[in-house]
Amino acid sequence: MVELVQGWLLRPNFIAFVTLFLLGLYITVTHHNLLKKLIGLYLVQTSVIFFLVTTSAKDGATVPILMPGKTAIQPDAYVNPLPHVLTLTAIVVQVATLGVSLALVAGIYRKYGSLDEDEVLKKLE
Amino acid sequence: MIESRHDSVIVRRLSRGLIPLVQIFALYILFFGQYNPGGGFVGGVMLGTSLILGILVFGPTDPLTVVTKRIAETDGVGLMIFAAVGGLCLIGGGQFLNYAELEIPGLAAPSRRSLGIILTQIGVAVDIAVTAVSIVFSLSVMSGNGDSHG
Amino acid sequence: MTYSFELPLLILLILTAGGAIFVKDLLSSVLILGSYSFFLALVWAWLGAVDVAFVEAVVGAGLATVFFVITLFGIDPRDTLIRRTPPPIAAVVSLLLLGLLLLYAANDLAAFGDSASPASTHVSPFYLENSLADTRTPNVVTAILMDYRALDTLMETVVIFTAGLACWLLLRRDAK
Repeated sequence: MVELVQGWLLRPNFIAFVTLFLLGLYITVTHHNLLKKLIGLYLVQTSVIFFLVTTSAKDGATVPILMPGKTAIQPDAYVNPLPHVLTLTAIVVQVATLGVSLALVAGIYRKYGSLDEDEVLKKLE
Repeated sequence: MIESRHDSVIVRRLSRGLIPLVQIFALYILFFGQYNPGGGFVGGVMLGTSLILGILVFGPTDPLTVVTKRIAETDGVGLMIFAAVGGLCLIGGGQFLNYAELEIPGLAAPSRRSLGIILTQIGVAVDIAVTAVSIVFSLSVMSGNGDSHG
Repeated sequence: MTYSFELPLLILLILTAGGAIFVKDLLSSVLILGSYSFFLALVWAWLGAVDVAFVEAVVGAGLATVFFVITLFGIDPRDTLIRRTPPPIAAVVSLLLLGLLLLYAANDLAAFGDSASPASTHVSPFYLENSLADTRTPNVVTAILMDYRALDTLMETVVIFTAGLACWLLLRRDAK
């Protein structure tokens, strides 16, 4: 039990990720308003992206921009650039799908006149 | 929401000066993406944001909004530029998107890769800018008719 | 433990996320979400991920907030107030169990800041050592994104184009 808590203290990024992920998931599942569900989904997506970026951190390392002129490049002196590439793609795709889901919510509002999930379900029957 | 121009003279004057500044900065970030942080994605979003500011402040009858409507209808040009660069690599004899095989007589392989990176970044920036403006136009059509208090 | 600046930033991050949830009005909730994106960009800039911080600040705090606010503009203010119901017990219990399971597996991950973690040892030293000689580009992230992994970027451009097309088709067909 003690080494479990010590393991948690060595990984604060994981604790923050779990907190944000569960918070976002809770909103998506329990709130009735459609836009609030979209906000919860946004929190879930950004928490996963946050976790991916924090796995690339290294102690005492610098930004991955190489200065031309140095002869030997130590990979340990630079932050790992590969998760940055994956998260760049993920962030832009996230905002594109946010645009599509907002268009869906706007279409639902135009047709049924309400943003509340229960009222829309009642009008569907 | 894009019914009329903004009432205040201060906002209109400031935007008229701010929009070209944002566009020049976006072009700087785009072309120096290989030496500083930045690149195609950020440059494209900043270009799109400057156009969105223009259509929000100046209303539907301004020449800027009319030109932006035309721009928003050319969605897909960026994708064609990106795929065209890849196709040129195929024509030069290599694999798809292997920039070392572009057919340019005076350059060695690292410079060809650098050139390929710049061209594809321009393609990505154009695509993202046009898509951002197009999504804003689509979303604001909904608020144009019906009751739009807000 | 050398992270003396990250812990307050992480706590502020969680507080802003909580604030975006428990506020009663939708417009305030959306604007607090924009400030959450800015704090996220700060955390990433502190960790050395400058490209990602740039994109998050422009796209997350800029474009996402603009999309949300433009959608909110066409909605009657009566519909933007949020109705509160007591939380369902099943959801709370199952989410707590999920959290405990995730935390139980924490010891298998590499420690924060470890240079010998599996993420940093297989392909990424190759990229760091060879990208300047292969592509004459000092920014390693741009070189990987546009040269070594260009096909992923092409597919991402296709996704963005499709999203713009989908918004057009959803909202502009019958509003002429």
